[in-house]
Amino acid sequence: MTTTEIGSPRRRKEDARLITGRTTWTENVTLPGMLHLAILRSPLAHARITSIDVSPALETKGVVAAFSGRDVADVQGSLPCAWPVTEDMVHPDRPPIAVDEVRFMGEAVAVVAARSRAAALDAIAAIEVDYEPLPAVLDMEQAIAEGADLVHAGKGTNKGYTWVFDSAEAGTGGDAGAAIDDAEVVIRRRYVQQRLIPAFMEPRSVVVDPTGDVYTMWSATQIPHILRFLLAVVTGTPEHKVRVIAPDVGGGFGGKLQVTPEELIAFVAAKRLGKPVKYTESRSESLVSAHHGRDVIQDIELAARRDGTVTGLRVKLLANMGAYMGLVGPGVPILGAFMYNAIYKFPAYRFECSGVFTNTTITDAYRGAGRPEATYAIERIMDELAVELGLDPLEVRSRNWINADEFPFTTVCGLAYDSGDYAKATDRAKELFGYDELRQEQQARRDSGDSVQLGIGISTYTEMCGLAPSRVLGALRYGAGGWETASVRMLPTGRVEVVTGTSPHGQGHETAWSQIVADQLGVAFDDVEVLHGDTRTSYKGLDTYGSRSLAVGGIALYNACQKVIENAKPIAAHMLECDPADLEFTGGQFRVRGNPDGGKSLADCALAVFAAHDLPDGIEPTLDADAVYDPVNFSFPHGTHLCATEVDTETGSVTIRKYVAVDDIGRVINPLIVDGQVHGGIAQGIAQALFEEAVYDADGNLMTGTFVDYTLPTAADLPAFVTDRTESPAPDHPLGTKGVGEAGTIASTPAVVNAIVDALRPMGVNDIAMPCTPERVWRAVQGGAA
Amino acid sequence: MIPPSFDYAAPTTVDEAVGVLAEAGEDAKVIAGGQSLIPLLRMRFAAPSTLVDLGGIASLREVRDDGDALVIGAMVTHAAVLRDPLVNEHLPLLVSATETVADRQVRHRGTFAGSLAHADPAGDLPAVALVLGASMEIAGPGGRRVVPASEFFVDYLTSAVAADEVLVSVRVPKQGAWVGSYQKFNRVAQGWALVGVAAMVRRENGSIAEARVGLTNMASTPLRATATEQALAGADSREAIGAAAARVAEGTNPSDDLLGSADYRRHLAGVLTKRAVAGLV
Repeated sequence: MTTTEIGSPRRRKEDARLITGRTTWTENVTLPGMLHLAILRSPLAHARITSIDVSPALETKGVVAAFSGRDVADVQGSLPCAWPVTEDMVHPDRPPIAVDEVRFMGEAVAVVAARSRAAALDAIAAIEVDYEPLPAVLDMEQAIAEGADLVHAGKGTNKGYTWVFDSAEAGTGGDAGAAIDDAEVVIRRRYVQQRLIPAFMEPRSVVVDPTGDVYTMWSATQIPHILRFLLAVVTGTPEHKVRVIAPDVGGGFGGKLQVTPEELIAFVAAKRLGKPVKYTESRSESLVSAHHGRDVIQDIELAARRDGTVTGLRVKLLANMGAYMGLVGPGVPILGAFMYNAIYKFPAYRFECSGVFTNTTITDAYRGAGRPEATYAIERIMDELAVELGLDPLEVRSRNWINADEFPFTTVCGLAYDSGDYAKATDRAKELFGYDELRQEQQARRDSGDSVQLGIGISTYTEMCGLAPSRVLGALRYGAGGWETASVRMLPTGRVEVVTGTSPHGQGHETAWSQIVADQLGVAFDDVEVLHGDTRTSYKGLDTYGSRSLAVGGIALYNACQKVIENAKPIAAHMLECDPADLEFTGGQFRVRGNPDGGKSLADCALAVFAAHDLPDGIEPTLDADAVYDPVNFSFPHGTHLCATEVDTETGSVTIRKYVAVDDIGRVINPLIVDGQVHGGIAQGIAQALFEEAVYDADGNLMTGTFVDYTLPTAADLPAFVTDRTESPAPDHPLGTKGVGEAGTIASTPAVVNAIVDALRPMGVNDIAMPCTPERVWRAVQGGAA
Repeated sequence: MIPPSFDYAAPTTVDEAVGVLAEAGEDAKVIAGGQSLIPLLRMRFAAPSTLVDLGGIASLREVRDDGDALVIGAMVTHAAVLRDPLVNEHLPLLVSATETVADRQVRHRGTFAGSLAHADPAGDLPAVALVLGASMEIAGPGGRRVVPASEFFVDYLTSAVAADEVLVSVRVPKQGAWVGSYQKFNRVAQGWALVGVAAMVRRENGSIAEARVGLTNMASTPLRATATEQALAGADSREAIGAAAARVAEGTNPSDDLLGSADYRRHLAGVLTKRAVAGLV
């Protein structure tokens, strides 16, 4: 394998069309006779629909049809949950359009189809609905208390499930309860992961064409393949009569890892009306109805010896599911369950999580999905342990972490960490950060009583990518496998078409996949075209989420390339009149070993099979190859992030003075794309620490329904990031890549909050709730311990 | 979303605009840069019958030197304010406050006069207009009238401009010996101010001879902090400035909402006033 492309900071080939918008976004799809849908949504968090009359809408100009949930109750089906985490999980029906009861503000109650979007929007205002308000269940602890009001009266409980991992029961470690009972030091903390909104750039959009023989759905989704399968299952449509296309998609962050009510509503409407339909949400609709993320209460108990050695960890979570179970929502905290022990050699661990129903928008995957929550809790509480013991927070970490010579290391959760060097990444980060100098400055500011205090925050994280070995997913009751596919087609002129089962929505797969192919096959970067997202061309795949595309899909692609080379070898040998065993393939050329002259390229072989005039006997005239790769293990990137914050004690304002990220994500295909992922990931993690929170009032109204109140930061609110990498290649596959899509988000949130708390520690502050708004910080300064 | 349908008029003179408004009746609405109105239309919070667009009236795009004052036309955008040499020379406070307005795109569409007519107490420029002693020229069916800034901001989102009137221009006295500072505190760079403080000071012999302090988002209208202004007169030390600034919340009535509590806003106003004034002496 030559590596002129892999490792090169190629500019992304998809960017020109994505940035200019001159491309097929779903909203740009326009079909003959297409109708536009508008959705009337519930203004209440919990209510019985006592009557609904859509007929006034039908009298509005341009309206073709209007229907309520009751009108389509027998055909609309119920939205699927693909991750029933326990055998007895409560999984209430979730009709795409509410039939008798609404259970969160923003739930669909009626739909209008009209000849223009404006006409459809005019008409929904005319629909008459009578609601009988029901008590809104909002607080998780109250929801699971005796005698609580119920989100789903028929289910008798607001507790959706309780999932437990105990290292003593699993045989992977000791008894955490005993460790806590016997500990020299126990730190107990409650952390709250506030509710976040993924806020992808392109709002969700769906077009369904029911004309002809096949239902075709365009959707701004991360998961066209999973969507096709579930659409067929939920609607009872034969799978071969369903085609799903995810054209260019403008971001997802997990927020488009969902089978949505809107997709099913569009399908039902198109089928009912026999005409193509389009629905595109407004930003306000998106914020209230697309799934939210996080919203977890974490009770953490850490047991340690006075020398800083951790002896046990017990974690108890309440995870807000919202009003229903999302596609993978119940499993999100379970993804985090295996990460609370993080980079450390904890000997005993118990994890217990209950999923709780409330009258709020559902929660589901959001960048990091479970892992940011886990990383936050452990990296925050390791700082608290350091303070308790009077040790430097880095010292406490290094006394517990897995050393480089201990890999592969089987953790207390039973996962086999593949590779890493935590000390090396930390040393590099300290060097870039100027750790010792900043500590000195911090002391000077403390001594002088400066109104602006300096804090230093540390996050030494790991995470798991490459979701996932199919057998592991099966053991966790996940509804699908974890393999990925790739096809490589050699065109007669030597150009290459690649079909991938991953579904990029901003990640740059077309560029990175082209780089991999260019190196493997010895073709030019520009001679590779990457096709994705259409179940007609890419009929098989498991899509893009969980930092899996390169770590799994990239290996499938690598393997397919090797098969192409194998397919070409006898043909090249025939042209070179030699034995295939005497050939070697380097730099895109087959040559007789030891003879640098007169080789044959893959292009020569591709033309030869196209003509097929003179091929060896019994040879199938093709070079094309498919590969499916099922990972043998997760991959475990890691890194050390250091953050210095300046905290204005007069206003509570927090400024990030310096942010250093040293990540180890294994081998890097394209450093420019990796930097982009790290920058964006850190931005989203900082957003959780400082800026964003979805807030409901006491009646269950979403108070942060626009970007005025849901304070999403922009580049102007963020510092320049210093990034660097160490490299511990993934040992389980030939590319050595690990995944980077979520690392920045996972690492950065605790680094920032640790820095703020560190700045205010002398004032008696040991925690501040996220987001650490200026007012919260100011109040902490006023009141000491928050 | 998409606004409800409306009629649209594009007059080319102020008189024509006034005529169209008179004809269209109560539900007509004037649009200048549209940076507040269009979001209200798109969210269907506003549903005017007719939009009267001032964009076609060329004379409203001028900044004119009028001796001791500048006259800024109703269609002068924030971006035009920022690059105008006259404004830069004579109204540096307006320039520095305008730099904090929203983001670049908004500043290229939104207008100075429009932000005053909209009378959002969280808008940055009303408080600045107050301390600069601006006055507004308004055209209506009965001719033209001039309203000083101190009488212009009537209530939350309500200015002295009646439904059948057009704000034509804003006359802003040149700063002369006055120096000014606008301190804005917001959650994110393009967010509205939680609190903003516009301070102007005239110095004499090393102390403050006169001061004006205007507050953004501390009541349903922008307002002057008169107690602080009086206390600043003659102030000659950080302590004196601090003591004067501590009185800034007197007579205010800030809102208590998701972005900040009333208590916190009162506290911030004090800190920002201290910083604004301290930076000017």
